[in-house]
Amino acid sequence: MEILTQIPQLVVNGLMSGAILAVPAIAFSLIFAVLQISNFSVASHVAIGAYAAFVANTVFGLPAAVAVIAAFAVSGAIGVVSDHIALRPLRGQGPLTVAITSLALNMVLENIVRFSFGNDVRGLDIPIYRDWIFGTVHIAPQQFFNFLIAAVVTAALFCLLAFTSIGRAMRAVADNPKLADIKGINPEQIARLAIFIGMGLAGVGGVLVALQSGIEPTIGFRVILSVFAAAVLGGLGNIPGAVAGALVIGVAEELSLLALPDAYRSAVGFVAIIVALLFFPRGILGKR
Amino acid sequence: MLTYILTILTFGGIYALLALGLNLMWGMAGMANLGILGYYAIGGYASALVTIHFGLPVVVGMLIGTVVAGALGAATCVGIVKLRDDYLAIATLGFAQVLALIAQNEIWLTNGTDGIGQIPRLAGSLHGEAFNIVYLAVCVVILAVTFLGMEVLRRSPFGRVLRAIREDQMVAATAGKHVFSFQMKALAVGGAVMGLAGAVYAHYIGFISPEIFQPQLLIYVFLALILGGKGNNWGAVAGAFFVVFIVEGTRFVGGLIPGLSAVQIGAIRQLIIGVGFIVVVQNWPRGVFPEPLKKYRQPDDLLPENSGAKE
Repeated sequence: MEILTQIPQLVVNGLMSGAILAVPAIAFSLIFAVLQISNFSVASHVAIGAYAAFVANTVFGLPAAVAVIAAFAVSGAIGVVSDHIALRPLRGQGPLTVAITSLALNMVLENIVRFSFGNDVRGLDIPIYRDWIFGTVHIAPQQFFNFLIAAVVTAALFCLLAFTSIGRAMRAVADNPKLADIKGINPEQIARLAIFIGMGLAGVGGVLVALQSGIEPTIGFRVILSVFAAAVLGGLGNIPGAVAGALVIGVAEELSLLALPDAYRSAVGFVAIIVALLFFPRGILGKR
Repeated sequence: MLTYILTILTFGGIYALLALGLNLMWGMAGMANLGILGYYAIGGYASALVTIHFGLPVVVGMLIGTVVAGALGAATCVGIVKLRDDYLAIATLGFAQVLALIAQNEIWLTNGTDGIGQIPRLAGSLHGEAFNIVYLAVCVVILAVTFLGMEVLRRSPFGRVLRAIREDQMVAATAGKHVFSFQMKALAVGGAVMGLAGAVYAHYIGFISPEIFQPQLLIYVFLALILGGKGNNWGAVAGAFFVVFIVEGTRFVGGLIPGLSAVQIGAIRQLIIGVGFIVVVQNWPRGVFPEPLKKYRQPDDLLPENSGAKE
C-alpha cells in the first residue's frame, strides 16, 4: 500500500526529469536527423552550457533565465566551431568514423572545461522556495521552473521546424539532402544551423541538469546514457520521438526506485535501449 | 628508470592485446563495439576474484578471466549485434556503463569503488626489477601467442568470411554464411583476448577497481587501432605501443609549464591525446600500416572498354 502511494510522486518526478532529458535528447536527434551522424560530443556541450551559465550567473550576476540564453549561445557557437575543425573533414569517411571521433572530441572539450574550472563541484546561485504540495505529491518550484524552461525550449524548436522557412529547409535536408540541394537549399549551411541549434540545446540541457544537481566537468557524461536512451527509444532523428522517449525514460528511471537501488537508475536507460531496439527497432513513434 | 621503462613496455603489451581484440571485432568483422572496457574489466575482476577466494594459481585465474570475458562477448551478441552501426555503438557504450555501475555497487563481490587489492601476482616471490623483467617476458609471450592466433584467424577462411560480413552482410548471407554465428564468434574471441588483457593488468598491478572503466582508455585503444591500421594485426600492436609512449610522454609536459595544478596537467595530457586522435583520423584514415588487401581482377565483362564495346 505504501508503495502505491509513492507512485504519483514518482511519476511526477519522472515527468519533470524526463522533460529535462528531452532537451539534450532533441539535440542529439536533431543533429542525427540533418547530418545522419551520432555526435557523442553532446555530452561535453552539456557541460559547456552548464559552465557558461555558471559564469554568467555567478561572475556577471545575471539571473538564471538570462544564463540559459548565454548557455545556448556559447555551447552552440563552440559546437559549430568544433564540428567545423574536427568532424566536418571526416564526413566522407562514413558516419561511424565521425561518431567515434566525436568521442575523442568529447574528451578534448571536457578537458578544456576541466583545465579552466578544475574538478570542484560548483553550483548556480538560485533562490530556494518551499515545496508546493498537491495532496500527496510534492513539487519543488525549481523543478517546475526547469520543466517550464524545457517545455518552452521544446515548443520553440517545434515552431521553428514547423512554421518557418528555415525549419522547412532543415526538414527537407533531413529527408533528402540531394533533393534539397537541387531545390537550392545549401545543405552545408543547414547542417551548420542544425549543429548550432542542437549543441545550443545541449547547453540549455546542461543548465537544467545543473539546476538540479551540481556542476562538474563530467556533468554531461552522467546523464548521457539516459539522453541516448531517450533518443534511441524515440527513433534516432525523430524529434517528437525524442521528447516522448525522454518522458518514458524519466518516468521509468523514477519507477525503478521501487525495485532497484538508486545507484542503478541510469541502467534503466540501457535496458530501455535494448528493449526498444528488440521490439520497436524504429522507435516508439516508429515511422521512416 | 629501468623499472619505469619496463612498466611502459608491459602496458604497451596490455594495450596491444586490447587493440588485437578490437581489431578482430571492428577491424575485421566491422562491429564498432564501444563496450570493450567491459570485457577488459570482467577478465581482470574474474581472475582477481578466483585467485583470491579459491587460491587458484595465477595462470588458471588468467584462463578463467579469459573464458568469462569470452562468454560475455558471446552474450553481447544477443540483442545487440543485429543493430545498425550507430545503434550498435550507443548500445555497447551503455553496456559498458552498466558493467561499471555493477562494479561500483555490488560491493559484496567487487568491494565497490575501493577496489580489490592484494591480488596475487605472477612470480610473486620476486621483487623490484626482477619481477618487472619476468612479468614483461610473460606479457611478451602472451602477446606473441595471441598475435599468432589472430594472424592465423585473419588468413583463415574464418577471417575472410568476417571481412565479407564487414563489407556487406547481405552478400555474405547470400553466399550461405550464417552471419550471426560468425559475428558471435568474433565477439567471443575478441572479448576473450580483451579479458586476458584485463587479467594480465590485474596480476601486474595487484589492484583493480571501477577506475578501469575510465573513458579515455576506450579512446586510447581505438586510437591505437586507427593509428596502426584497422584490419592489420601488426598495425594494432605497433599502434598500441606508440599510444602508450605518447600517453607516457605527455606525463612530462606538465613539468615544462610551471604553475599548473595536478588536475590541469591531467587535463592537458588527455587533451593532447584527444587532439592527436582527431589529427590522425583526418590525415591517416587508414593508419600507418594499412590493411593488406588483395587485389582481385575484375571479371572481363565488367571492364569499361568491354561493356562499351558490347553496346
